Amino acid sequence: MDAATAHAEAHTEHELSFWRKYIFSTDHKIIGIQYALTSMFMAVLGGFLAMFVRLQLGWPGRQWPILGSLFPGGMPGGEMTQAFYLSSVTMHGTIMIFFVLTTLLTGGFGNFLIPLQIGARDMAFPFLNALSYWLYPPAIIVLLASFFVSGGAAGGGWTSYAPLSALPQAAPGSGMGQTLWLVSLAILIVAFLLGSLNYITTVLQLRTRGMSMLRLPLTIWALFLTSILSLLAFPVLLAASIMLLFDRMGGTSFFVPAGLIVGTVPVDHAGGNPLLWQHLFWFLGHPEVYVLILPPMGMVSDILANNARKPIFGYRFMVASLASITFLSFLVWGHHMYTSGMHPLLGTAFMTTTLIIAVPSAIKTFNWLATLWRAKIRFTSAMLFTLGFLSLFVTGGLTGIMLGQPPVDIYLQDTFFVVAHFHFVMGLAAIFASFAGTYYWFPKMFGRMMSERLGKWHFWLSFPAAYLTFFPMHYAGLMGMMRRIYSPALYAHLQGLQPINIVVSIGAFILFSAQFIFLYNFFRSTRRGPKAERNPWGATTLEWQAPSPPPHGNWGAHLPVVHRWAYEYSTPGMADDFIPQTQPSGVPVGAGTGDGEGAHRGGDGTHGDGRARSG
Amino acid sequence: MARVIVSRRPEAARRAAGGNGHLASPPGFGDRDGPGWGAEPSPVATARVGLWILLVAVTMLFIAFTVSYLSRRSAPDWTPVPLPGILWVNTAVLLASSGVLEWTRRTHRAHQGDALRRGLMLAGGLGLLFLIGQIAAWRALDAAGVFMSSSPHSAFFYLLTGVHGLHLLGGLGGLGYALSRSSRPAPARQPVPAPESQPAPASGGQTVPAAEGATLFWHFLSALWVYVLILISI
Repeated sequence: MDAATAHAEAHTEHELSFWRKYIFSTDHKIIGIQYALTSMFMAVLGGFLAMFVRLQLGWPGRQWPILGSLFPGGMPGGEMTQAFYLSSVTMHGTIMIFFVLTTLLTGGFGNFLIPLQIGARDMAFPFLNALSYWLYPPAIIVLLASFFVSGGAAGGGWTSYAPLSALPQAAPGSGMGQTLWLVSLAILIVAFLLGSLNYITTVLQLRTRGMSMLRLPLTIWALFLTSILSLLAFPVLLAASIMLLFDRMGGTSFFVPAGLIVGTVPVDHAGGNPLLWQHLFWFLGHPEVYVLILPPMGMVSDILANNARKPIFGYRFMVASLASITFLSFLVWGHHMYTSGMHPLLGTAFMTTTLIIAVPSAIKTFNWLATLWRAKIRFTSAMLFTLGFLSLFVTGGLTGIMLGQPPVDIYLQDTFFVVAHFHFVMGLAAIFASFAGTYYWFPKMFGRMMSERLGKWHFWLSFPAAYLTFFPMHYAGLMGMMRRIYSPALYAHLQGLQPINIVVSIGAFILFSAQFIFLYNFFRSTRRGPKAERNPWGATTLEWQAPSPPPHGNWGAHLPVVHRWAYEYSTPGMADDFIPQTQPSGVPVGAGTGDGEGAHRGGDGTHGDGRARSG
Repeated sequence: MARVIVSRRPEAARRAAGGNGHLASPPGFGDRDGPGWGAEPSPVATARVGLWILLVAVTMLFIAFTVSYLSRRSAPDWTPVPLPGILWVNTAVLLASSGVLEWTRRTHRAHQGDALRRGLMLAGGLGLLFLIGQIAAWRALDAAGVFMSSSPHSAFFYLLTGVHGLHLLGGLGGLGYALSRSSRPAPARQPVPAPESQPAPASGGQTVPAAEGATLFWHFLSALWVYVLILISI
């Protein structure tokens, strides 16, 4: 039967055309890689827009003739227009949050890892999975088309606050570009919902024999809870987007208040409530930042345990803290709106929930540190980026506690302090964890190793550059520099901050440039990297028991059977410093030699070390 | 076979030493070596879980609309618009279609194929009639000079009926799918994955689940419509 099944598989795989196998594939691994590659393309684009923003803020009013000839629309005569600047800010945020991190973490890593780590052959609904991916490129096309319409791309910020976003005549970036922004987001939301539905069902239904919920790797727990978050939060943004489209195109007044005048023309709408948009938006928006940080939390937990060669500290607390963050994330959205005139009691309530959510986050941080305690750490590229994640997450998390309190936030609202905070805790932390995940799972994805040498260069350039870029922003924010402003030179109280802005811009250029090392390493390694073996990191989880890369259907004739949890590292008395989840019993030290002496505490890391260096 | 274990973690060492050389997982994580909950899931159960999750997402969409509606309704400029009477007829038609489906679902085992097909077609026809009735309601409002932008109430009326109607189109698609599964015996397709985890449906095996899934979704949409109607009427 084994032979027959294997033959059937080989036969089927052979029959699939190039298009069915690599383009319109329903294989979760291909879809995951498609999501990841498309997200990488968007990340370069989003990073490029950030460079425009930093160019303007570092040297406001300066003329760049070369750029003027390349982008005559946005930079006529080499000087950036206000509308193009605002579009760049808006599209940078939109692209990075929705089109890079959400798609990469849940679409890319989620798709690739969920079936492999739970021992399934594919997602529960492979066709819906492919459909989910194939809604992503149309969403991108609609979004990018907005750069080429009258008025340019949306300019109201990634939060698209009404009425600026509700009245097409309000500003250049409120025109057709804003409509396309909403349509693009609506398409992408449908893609996310299809994905979430699939991930939740898959984790609930397709776990292999022995894979109880409390044996799941933390990556899967995180992706599972993230999917629940997405499923509950994104429909709310979809509803809000539909209502905003009605306001823009149907003449309704859901979000437009009475008495507005644009230029000299009174606005026809009346009676709407712009705060309603803020409430609906942040009811999604806050869970969304956890959609971006929960999967990194799960991924770094696994990478950390593997490279520390120790079980993750406090597994159950890790699961419980992930779950409580998921629950609490629906109760904190108001902390984005302290200055909207909300009742102080309501503000206090939101402050309380916000400070409570720091507790599970701190539990995770302490557990990570405890995992590192007295560990024999392997400093692979993946581990370096994981440690980078810890540092960036803590730095950003601490300012989050400050901003969560209304008396502080009222002073710092909409300043660069906030920009620094969310870039650390959400942007940088999530992207560093994504790099860690890429270095770690690349061998499984492509069957080849990435260059560790280039990976270390990548880290040691990116990490200081990240701090150089974003840490000084705290000072600019404390000095009162507002976010999203076109030119700090226009404000007397900001002119002394120009040296800080220049440092930040230089940091940003270094940070952006360093990413090309990664891109070079990534694409070169897909073809030239040394062949990866099945389990190059000496890891316990199921995906490492499948070939690299796993075949269609992942497991050959028989599904793996799980006998233990995912963190059996350095178990005392065992010969190997890791025991795969599929292994019924460990091999004791000295087994087979008849010599009971010489037992030692496992964890010399020889397995992992020796193999990991093949990159 | 003697084993000497020197460990700085006596608790772990004790566990590792116990159990016939069978390495125990930390307490609580072993959870027995029996099958996990979803060790050999049936595609039907999986589809049902997926469907319920879909219903949760649609519910969240309408909760967001409800919250917006209630907050907008409390504004001082709220003026209710008289709703067209045909809505009550439409409601009866939609509930009747749900009734037909439920009756079919309960009795199809006895009658099998034909009765099932007739039930699906009748319910689908009534569903289509409901949609036509909703468009008639729009036209009646339109004729009375009540447009989307006329008042907040009318805006919500068009919004909620429109979004519900789109979901109903999806429900019709579901009925059509169930019909297509019932009119031809499902080919015994051999999927690529080995049958261990996702067994291929037996011939015609998806007829009943497809019809049951479509029925569940349809009932949900009927209930949702009654909810929407109450919301915009009171």
